Amino acid sequence: MDNHTFTPIEARKPPSTAIGPIAWMKESLFSSPVNTLLTIFFGYLIIKYVPPVLDWAFFSANWVGTTQEECTKAGACWIFIKQWFSQLLYGSYPEHLHWRVNLALIGLVAVVVLQFFLPQHLRRKVGWVSLIVYPLISLWLMYGGLGLETVSTDKWGGFSLNILLAFAGILMSLPIGIVWALGRQSDMPFVKMVCVASIELFRGVPLITILFMGSVMLPLFFPAGVQLDKLMRAFIAITLFQSAYMAEVVRGGLQAIPKGQVEAANSLGLGYWKTMRLIVLPQALKISIPNIVNTFIALFKDTTLVLIIGLFEVLSTIQAALQNSNWLGGHHIEGYVFVAFVFWVFCYTMSRISVYIENKLDTGHSRS
Amino acid sequence: MYKLKECIIKISTVCLLIAFSSFAIADTLDDVKKAGMLKCGVSTGLAGFSQKDEEGNWSGLDVDVCRGVAAAVLGDASKVSYKPLTAKERFTALQSGEIDILSRNTTWTHTRDTSLGLNFAGVVYYDGAGFMVNKNLGVDSALKLDGAAACIQAGTSTELAIADYFRENNMKYKVVTFETSDQTRSGFESGRCDFLVSDQSQLYSLRIGLKDPAGAVVLPEVISKEPLGPVVRQGDDKWFNIVKWVVNASIEGEFQGVTSANVDEMAKSGKPGQKRLVGAEGDLGEKLGLDADWAAKVIKQVGNYSESFERNVGMDSPLKISRGLNAQWNKGGILYSPAMR
Repeated sequence: MDNHTFTPIEARKPPSTAIGPIAWMKESLFSSPVNTLLTIFFGYLIIKYVPPVLDWAFFSANWVGTTQEECTKAGACWIFIKQWFSQLLYGSYPEHLHWRVNLALIGLVAVVVLQFFLPQHLRRKVGWVSLIVYPLISLWLMYGGLGLETVSTDKWGGFSLNILLAFAGILMSLPIGIVWALGRQSDMPFVKMVCVASIELFRGVPLITILFMGSVMLPLFFPAGVQLDKLMRAFIAITLFQSAYMAEVVRGGLQAIPKGQVEAANSLGLGYWKTMRLIVLPQALKISIPNIVNTFIALFKDTTLVLIIGLFEVLSTIQAALQNSNWLGGHHIEGYVFVAFVFWVFCYTMSRISVYIENKLDTGHSRS
Repeated sequence: MYKLKECIIKISTVCLLIAFSSFAIADTLDDVKKAGMLKCGVSTGLAGFSQKDEEGNWSGLDVDVCRGVAAAVLGDASKVSYKPLTAKERFTALQSGEIDILSRNTTWTHTRDTSLGLNFAGVVYYDGAGFMVNKNLGVDSALKLDGAAACIQAGTSTELAIADYFRENNMKYKVVTFETSDQTRSGFESGRCDFLVSDQSQLYSLRIGLKDPAGAVVLPEVISKEPLGPVVRQGDDKWFNIVKWVVNASIEGEFQGVTSANVDEMAKSGKPGQKRLVGAEGDLGEKLGLDADWAAKVIKQVGNYSESFERNVGMDSPLKISRGLNAQWNKGGILYSPAMR
């Protein structure tokens, strides 16, 4: 008996025009005359400019040494950044106390992370505690007192000052912004007027102007001998400015909530505050998250503006470093590239965190 | 309604109190002694004058004025709290009492001295706008720059000074302006102009930043007056005197040959003038309300003018500025301390 077994022909590979690198190139790089031209153009740009930049930043950069004179190779002088690293991060904060800044920053990360990984029933309790208790603890860590060595604010500086100003600013401006936003929608004419006036005043003036007012005009109004700390003045200026923006962001969220929600709450017998706290604000804030993070990132970058009132945040530290007579060789590019890189890392991280929060709090408003 | 009224009255009372209390005259010397710390306004960074190092320590010619005052008043040159200030906020900081002394490369002008409620306590550096040219140009005097192009930082007083100078001498020039001093330097370096104009003190630091510093020369002409000195609040003459005479003591120290190294010997075996300066004779300190050896402390801890100059901006520093106008009056400069007796 013949043994008939069915042996299928081995599957053939798809033709090289449909798969593989050549097909991919044909599909995505040379699919039309315009695309081909663009590919050639950008390819030329990449070949012309990327190798020199890489060469400058890495291959012929100077990494080892402690002084400007050791920057002998043609590339970037990263020794400059290395030597000023502690100043760039901590300012003149005493070196043996850097752990306090670190602890405050780690605490900050911990507070944020805890918000998302704790079980639901613990989250709210911890949230309130961390929003009120954590800022006080970090203030104590940074400033000292109560058993810790005091570090006056003129010693604070560097990138930690940027982070601190941004987070303190956002923490203060969120509640103020919410109150202003609610006040703007209020039926009471006086409350409404005050809130609208504050929002429009601080939103209509550039941040630089408010900072200048805080640092140049404000002290003249105080009696002799009374001084408000310079950092405090900058902080108040930033908070007021940011609150105005926050108020508008929150108002956008409030207006997106259908009127039916308020009416339903009213018909349940809830008063104004309960309606807002339990029904409206939770929904409004949720849809405002992308915008809140957006203003926060803007604020974070705006903190470099305090350099114009002589606070040593990271950018003015670079400028001060460039003026040191031992480092006059013109390391501007290294300095600014470093600052830009650090800011990019932080802002990108924050935007990823924002996406994560949105997914976590998904309310069914998503379009995809 | 009653409550509102009461509230308004309270608030206005507080406001009035605050307004009146600001007229109280403060005694800066007492305040400084009480705080144990001198609050000194400096610039946010100017090479050789007030600069921060990698450890966060301040140094410079302007900084040394504050260290000198701290040494004279508190006995310790390190007891200074530095307040970095921008050009715009410096006078407010002094007027509002945020700082006790402003030592921030501030030009002594008639307007500032008379209309801001401030007093200039002397001059620690005679600056002025000057020229830097490419060596290859073969120019040794600014008068040979007719028709040349100038790199200038926009919005500075230098711009006015050079316009006056060229008009006075019937010369023509082209202007290439830049936003910052770094851009000005790179403009000069890339040959956009034949010469660069800036304050002398900054010309030297700009020159160091060039790829080939030896290829550029600073011309001898100084075309404007920029005397830089420490500033104090008007109305506190005791403090004004102290700052003024600390500056003078440092200049007189150089003139008398008293240095940080030999100041102790001078107290024992110096000439009468030297002994008076270091407080071994006479009562100069007492008249200022300070210890007898106030000037000795200044010179011992900070050095005399020459030591401070050479360390910060002179030959011992990367800037290598020559003394020029800032030499003693008997050595071709115009530094002159009034008599110490």
